[in-house]
Amino acid sequence: MTINGWIQIALFCAVVLALARPLGGYMTRVFTGERTFLSPVLAPVERGLYRAAGIDADQEQHWLTYALAMLAFHALGFLSLYALLRVQAALPFNPDGQSAVAPDLAFNTAASFVTNTNWQSYGGETTLSYLAQMLGLTHQNFLSAATGIALAVALVRGFSRASATTVGSFWVDLTRTVLYVLLPLCILYTLFLVSQGVPQTLGGAVEVTTLEGARQTIAVGPVASQVAIKMLGTNGGGFFNVNAAHPFENPTALSNFIQIVSIFAIGAAMTNVFGRMVGDERQGWAILAAMGVLFLAGVSVVYWAESAGSPVLNSFGLTGGNMEGKEVRFGIVASALFAAVTTAASCGAVNAMHDSFTALGGMIPMINMQLGEIIVGGVGAGLYGILVFVVVTIFVAGLMVGRTPEYLGKKIEGREVKMAMLAILCLPLMMLGFTALATVVAAGLAGPANAGPHGFSEILYAFTSAAANNGSAFGGLSANTTFYNATLGLGMLFGRFFVIVPALAMAGSLAAKTTVPASAGTFPTHGGLFVGLLVGVILIVGGLTFFPALALGPIVEHLAGGLGQTFAAGG
Amino acid sequence: MSNPLRPALVLLIALTAITGLGYPLAMTGLAGAIFPAEAAGSLVERDGRSVGSGLIGQSFTSDRYFQGRPSATTAADPSDATRTIPSPYNAASSSGSNLGPTSAALAERVTGDLAARRSENPGRPVPVDLVTTSGSGLDPDVSPDAALFQVPRVAKARNLAEDRVRGLVASRVQGRLLGVLGEPRVNVLALNLALDELERK
Repeated sequence: MTINGWIQIALFCAVVLALARPLGGYMTRVFTGERTFLSPVLAPVERGLYRAAGIDADQEQHWLTYALAMLAFHALGFLSLYALLRVQAALPFNPDGQSAVAPDLAFNTAASFVTNTNWQSYGGETTLSYLAQMLGLTHQNFLSAATGIALAVALVRGFSRASATTVGSFWVDLTRTVLYVLLPLCILYTLFLVSQGVPQTLGGAVEVTTLEGARQTIAVGPVASQVAIKMLGTNGGGFFNVNAAHPFENPTALSNFIQIVSIFAIGAAMTNVFGRMVGDERQGWAILAAMGVLFLAGVSVVYWAESAGSPVLNSFGLTGGNMEGKEVRFGIVASALFAAVTTAASCGAVNAMHDSFTALGGMIPMINMQLGEIIVGGVGAGLYGILVFVVVTIFVAGLMVGRTPEYLGKKIEGREVKMAMLAILCLPLMMLGFTALATVVAAGLAGPANAGPHGFSEILYAFTSAAANNGSAFGGLSANTTFYNATLGLGMLFGRFFVIVPALAMAGSLAAKTTVPASAGTFPTHGGLFVGLLVGVILIVGGLTFFPALALGPIVEHLAGGLGQTFAAGG
Repeated sequence: MSNPLRPALVLLIALTAITGLGYPLAMTGLAGAIFPAEAAGSLVERDGRSVGSGLIGQSFTSDRYFQGRPSATTAADPSDATRTIPSPYNAASSSGSNLGPTSAALAERVTGDLAARRSENPGRPVPVDLVTTSGSGLDPDVSPDAALFQVPRVAKARNLAEDRVRGLVASRVQGRLLGVLGEPRVNVLALNLALDELERK
């Protein structure tokens, strides 16, 4: 570890913090329907969309109607993406002649993008046409991200309203997020990325003759426009197989820094949106502080573990940390930081191969996801994820002092706690249940590329990533098989919608409650004590569930590696 | 409760058109107009012919050239399309090794590469990036140490004074951005082009 490394990490945190308030202020204006500086251009487009779709922008929805609208929208999106992948060979913008995507892979990819997971069973440059990348993936990147934000805003309205029957309009939240937040940012971002060297062309792969006279075929494409939204929308699905490790997705130290910032930017700003909408910005900062504590702990461990390197390779006399699977232009610290950020948020883009991280360096990304990606988290998803934990924390605090728990003037009662626990329990069920299944059936055991505990880690990481809607992978796992495409696809769908629907139900029941004024006995939720309790509940409720599984994978591997033990595949 | 199908369908189609076609196509036009070279893949030309992309590594095996890092990319086996064979720096199919820290295959590969590098320049510690594969398999850079490590071999193969070659490497080192971000590095293709240029003079 070096001073320069810590400076890079500190600089990153400073930039994210500095952006949270201005971006949060702007987004609050968007979600409350106020005019912004973009309204003169975008308001006519927005009105036109509502007119064509028969939407009354002033008509708000009950939480159930909101949920149904969201589900209908996703069902159509899922079907159209599946269809597009199946027929891409017959459509234009396919200069490299990609053939139709197989049914199981098309199901997996459609589930992956509709749920904001962007798990890559597909190989990017080797599987998908430019049309599929643009019309299918880029567009779902926008819509699944906008959905996450819309749902978080609906839940925030649940806290900020009293005796209300509605939580907002899904159609309006969705449209405004795309038009006012994501699209303008992406346009600027794309141009920046191209200036750094990210290609943006419809021409096919380029053939060159290298200095040594060999032929090299270089895949290019409309890369920058997709990279911009995959980062901002915490989608993470790469244009290329290796994602942001590819020099065309992430060419420079600056592009890398901006990409890491952009993963966190909207998610961190959402905590400020929350604070503003409930009328007390300190509530937002308290939540961001809890996220910050967990984040710093995680990134420190990854950075330390990767700097220390693998004991097996170090025993050969190598120094300089673990560079297997990492790019020289990023080095140890920027790779460790990226890994912690991409799994804390539900991004899943990677700039280094997590599969080749040291045992403990690869365990932290897993823990980040298993906690439910509430450390800043996916855009929107992180906020509603942590609010679920907030409800449990308030409940636990209430039990400790024997008072009816309250949060922001709302009484937290049986229904809210049940919904919160439903959302929390869905993740371990999907992650551990499918992992257990995959370790006993032959089709599952055929997947791992590495032997020993690392092979188990590959399986655990895959289902963790899918259910958490992250999308990063221990890439050695051969996941493009019928078994893995199907089980991972189901994991993604359940992991997304079985969290969303309880969260919306909670929003509805909270919105209907009256607000009780704070009294001397009200537990303050903007101070250090609350932040500490929240972190504790997250680690105990979210973390302990996974300890036995982690002990079988990364922890045992760490101990074995320390003794110099290696494992041969196929042995 | 109104029927959600019409708004869902219309919004899906309209937003698909805007974000899935309008946005990428408009950005393609705009990027091509403002940054034509970068948008097309930062291709590098010599004597009017493309010799590669400045951002994508390429395979160098000759002693006369500085070599990049080991690459884990593969290609379809020409004799059996269901299998893959190693194909370093295959820029049509990026890939890392995905070998974990306790992998016997990784330990074996690194042992072999280390022995080869040590025989090339005995007595000097081998920089770690010269015996580890990159994440993409297309890393265009090596660390300054890894370039300097290869100076004796390259100078000998080209009959150049080591100091001249070392000076060339030093002039090609890119530092951290603003002294803070990223890591110092040397672009292998640019270095080798400059090397050919140096010999021509």
